[in-house]
Amino acid sequence: MSVTPAIDTKATTNGSKRKKSFVELLFEGRAFFALIAIVVVFSLMSPNYFTVSNFLIMASHVAIFGLLAIGMLLVILNGGIDLSVGSTLGFAGVVAGFLMQGVTLPQFGIILYPSVWVVVILTCLLGAAVGAVNGVLIAYLRVPAFVATLGVLYVARGLALLMTNGLTYNNLGGRPELGNTGFDWLGFNRLAGVPIGVLVLFVFAVVCHVLLTRTAFGRWLYASGGNERAAELSGVPVKRVQIIVYMLCGMCAAVAGLVLSSQLTSAGPTAGTTYELTAIAAVVIGGAALTGGRGTVIGTMLGAFVIGFLSDGLVIIGVSAYWQTVFTGAVIVTAVLLNSIKYGRR
Amino acid sequence: MSALPEDGPKDDVVLAARNVAKSYGSVHALKGVNFDIHRGQVTTLFGENGAGKSTLMKILSGVEQPTLGEIILDGEPVVFASSSQARDRGISIIHQELSLAPNMNVRDNIFMGREIMTATGVDFAEEERQTRLLMAELEEDIDPLTPVEDLRLGQQQIVEIARALSVNSRILIMDEPTSALSASEVEVLFKVIHDLTGRGVSIVYISHHLEEALQITHHAVVLRDGTMTAYAERKDIDLEWIVRHMVGDNFDLGSPPTGYEMGEVSLKIEGLKVPDPGGAGYSVVDDMSFSVRAGEIVCIYGLMGAGRTELLESVAGRLAATAGKVLLKGRDITGQSIAECIRDGLVLVPEDRQRDGLVQTMTVGRNLSLASLGAFTRGLFTSAAREAGLVGAAIRKVHIKTDGGAAEIGSLSGGNQQKVVIGKMLATEPEVILLDEPSRGIDIGAKAEVFKLLAERARQGLAVVYTTSEVGECLSIAHRIIVMRRGRISAEFGPDATKEQIMAASGEAVHAH
Repeated sequence: MSVTPAIDTKATTNGSKRKKSFVELLFEGRAFFALIAIVVVFSLMSPNYFTVSNFLIMASHVAIFGLLAIGMLLVILNGGIDLSVGSTLGFAGVVAGFLMQGVTLPQFGIILYPSVWVVVILTCLLGAAVGAVNGVLIAYLRVPAFVATLGVLYVARGLALLMTNGLTYNNLGGRPELGNTGFDWLGFNRLAGVPIGVLVLFVFAVVCHVLLTRTAFGRWLYASGGNERAAELSGVPVKRVQIIVYMLCGMCAAVAGLVLSSQLTSAGPTAGTTYELTAIAAVVIGGAALTGGRGTVIGTMLGAFVIGFLSDGLVIIGVSAYWQTVFTGAVIVTAVLLNSIKYGRR
Repeated sequence: MSALPEDGPKDDVVLAARNVAKSYGSVHALKGVNFDIHRGQVTTLFGENGAGKSTLMKILSGVEQPTLGEIILDGEPVVFASSSQARDRGISIIHQELSLAPNMNVRDNIFMGREIMTATGVDFAEEERQTRLLMAELEEDIDPLTPVEDLRLGQQQIVEIARALSVNSRILIMDEPTSALSASEVEVLFKVIHDLTGRGVSIVYISHHLEEALQITHHAVVLRDGTMTAYAERKDIDLEWIVRHMVGDNFDLGSPPTGYEMGEVSLKIEGLKVPDPGGAGYSVVDDMSFSVRAGEIVCIYGLMGAGRTELLESVAGRLAATAGKVLLKGRDITGQSIAECIRDGLVLVPEDRQRDGLVQTMTVGRNLSLASLGAFTRGLFTSAAREAGLVGAAIRKVHIKTDGGAAEIGSLSGGNQQKVVIGKMLATEPEVILLDEPSRGIDIGAKAEVFKLLAERARQGLAVVYTTSEVGECLSIAHRIIVMRRGRISAEFGPDATKEQIMAASGEAVHAH
C-alpha cells in the first residue's frame, strides 16, 4: 500500500485571502482612523485645535498615559494585568520629591542632596522593585495578577501617603549651591520645540518596539502570552519573562511619575489615581488582546493618543468634564467590541 | 462475520443511525455508518482512537449534526439541533470528563438548570426527596447534601447517571465510564447498568477495556477509520474477534529503517520514578529503565494512565522525578530545566498540540522558530533573514503545506499543525527526540508522513522515542516496542511482535483491575 499525502485544501485557499479588502484595512487600522477622525472633527469645531502649540501641549499630556500604557502593554502581552501603575506613579513621584528635599542621615549629622540624575535612577529602581514584587507574587507565589497588583496598588498608595503624611512636596527646584537643580527639565524644557516628556515617550516607544520585534525577549513575551505551556516546552524561561515584564512596567510607571511631578513642579501622594485604567484603555484601544499574545507598541501609542486627543479636544470645545467621561467610556467599549469581533472570528 | 443491521429498524430498536457520515472540512470522521440501539440492552462500540466512536456518539446525542444520513428514533426520522433537544427526547450522554459542579451538592447538581420552583423560591425539600428516591433506585448510599467534590469518582458517575435518569432518559450513552474507576467501583457501575437495562433503559457503552465491556454488553459494534467493520451479538463473539476487527489490516505506516549502523547509546534512563502530578501520592512512573541508541526508534505503548506522558515529561525536564537518572550521551542531565535539555539536544513533542505545542497567536514561522531563537540572534537582536532561512528550511524538511511562514497557525490542518510542532523541535537539531502520541488527532496520510519523517531522521543518527495508544502504530517504524503498564515496563518486543501480544502485555485485553 502506498502513502498518499493528504492534500491540504485549507492552506491553498488561504492564499487568495492574503490581499486585504478595503474594509479589512479599515478594520486593521481602526485606532489610526479613529485618531484621524478625532483630529478632523475637533479641528472643524475649534480653530485652536489644529495648531502646533496645541498638539505639543496635548502630546505632553499623552506622554504620562503613554508611558504607563507601554508598560501595561508588556504586561498585557504576557496575559497579565497591572493595576498598580497609577499608585507606583504617585509613589515614585513622592520618593523623587523626598530625595530632592535632601536626605537627612542623623547618625552622621549630614544632609545628602543627591543630584537629579541620581534621583532619576533611584526612582526608576524603585519602580522596578515594585514591579518585582508584583512579578514574584504572580510568577512564583501564583497569586492571580489582578489580585496581586490590586494589593500593591493599595500598598504603594499607602506608602506614598505615609511618606508625606498626605501632604505634597512643592519644592522640587533644588538649589544651585547644592548642585541638585534641573528636576523641572523633564517637564518644562523642550528640544527643538518638543517637550522633553514627549521625547521620553518617543524613546521608550522606540526601545519597546525594538524589544518586541527584534529581540529574543520579545519573542518569548509573545509566546508565553499566547500559550504559556507551549512556550515553556519550547525552552522559554516563562517565569523570568513574567517577572521582567512587571519590572519594566513598574519602571515605566516610575518614569511617568517623574515626568508628571516635573510637569506639575510638585509631587503629591495622590498623583496618578485611576491612571492604571486609562493605561489599560489605551492598550485595548490599540488592539491588544487582554488574553495575551496580541498587541503592538504602535497600536498602543495610537490608543494613548486617541484617549488624550479626545479628552483634550472635548475640553477645548467646552464640553463638560462629565460628558468627557461618558465619551471616553464609549470609545473604550467600542474598541473592545471591535477587538472581540476581530479575535472572535477565528 | 455476522450480518450488518438491516435497513429497516427492527421492533426492539429504539434509536438507529442510517448511513451517517460526518466530515470536518477535508477530514472524514465517519463514512456512512449504520448503528442500532436495542431497547433495554447494552450496545458496546469498539474501536481505536480516531475510529469515529466519539463522533458517532456526539451525533446520536445531538451535540453535532451529521453531514449525511439520518437518525431514527422509535421508527421515525429525527433531527436534533442541540443536545438539549436530544435530552428532551430521552437521550443522555455521560462524557468521560464528568460535567458536574464540584462545589455544589448532589441535589443541586441533579436539578441544575431545572430547579423545582415554588412561589417562594426553590423547593429544596422536594428536590431532596426526589434525589433520595433516585439514589434508592440506584441502590447507592449517597446523601443528597454531600458536595460532589467529596465523592469518589465512581460515586460522581452515579450522580451523573442519576441526573440522566431524573430527566427520564431512555437511552444512556456512556463514554469510557470505567477508565478512572477502581475495581469495586466498576462492579457497582455494572450492577447499576444491569438494573437500568432491566428497567428498559438502553445503554450505549464505549470502553478500551475490551474484556470488561464483554462482561456486560449484549451487542458489539466495531468501528475503524470511520466505517463500521463488524456487528455481532455477544453470544457470537469473543475477544479475538473484537481485536481482529478493531485493528484490521493496517494502513502501511512504514517499517523500521534498516541498512545503517546504530550509534552509541544516546539516552539512558535508570530507575526513574515520577510521582503523580495531581499529588495522589503514588508513582505514575515506577522504576523505569531503558536506553535508546543513536539512530534507533523506540515505541512506548500503553493504555491511558499507564504513565507514558509523565515518563516523557520527566525525561524532558518538565516533571521532577523522585528517584532515578537520565543520561544524555553518558552525561547526567537529571533535574535539568526544559531549556537546558533543549540546549543539550533532548527535545519533547507534547501530546496535546493545541494546549502544549502551538502558540495560536503567532504565525507558522514564529512557532517554528520559537525553540531555536538563539540560532538567529546575534548580540541583542534577532536576524529576520536568518530566521526566514531557518523557517524555510523547517517547512521544507518536515513538508508542511502552508502559504509560508507568515500564515496563521489556525489555517493549517491538524496534520500540518502537528508537523509544525515536530519541525519546531527538530529545528533545534536535537540528538534525542521524544514524541508523545505524535499521531493523535491527525489523519492516516499525515500519520504516515510523520512516521516517514522520523524514520529519515533516525537514519541520520537521531534517537527517536514515541508513544502511542494504537497498537498498529507500534508495528510501523519502531525497532523496539516497550509496553508500559501502570508505570512499569511490562514487556519488550522487537518489530516482529503481534498485535495480540502487545495488547495483552498492556493489560488492554485482560482487565487490569
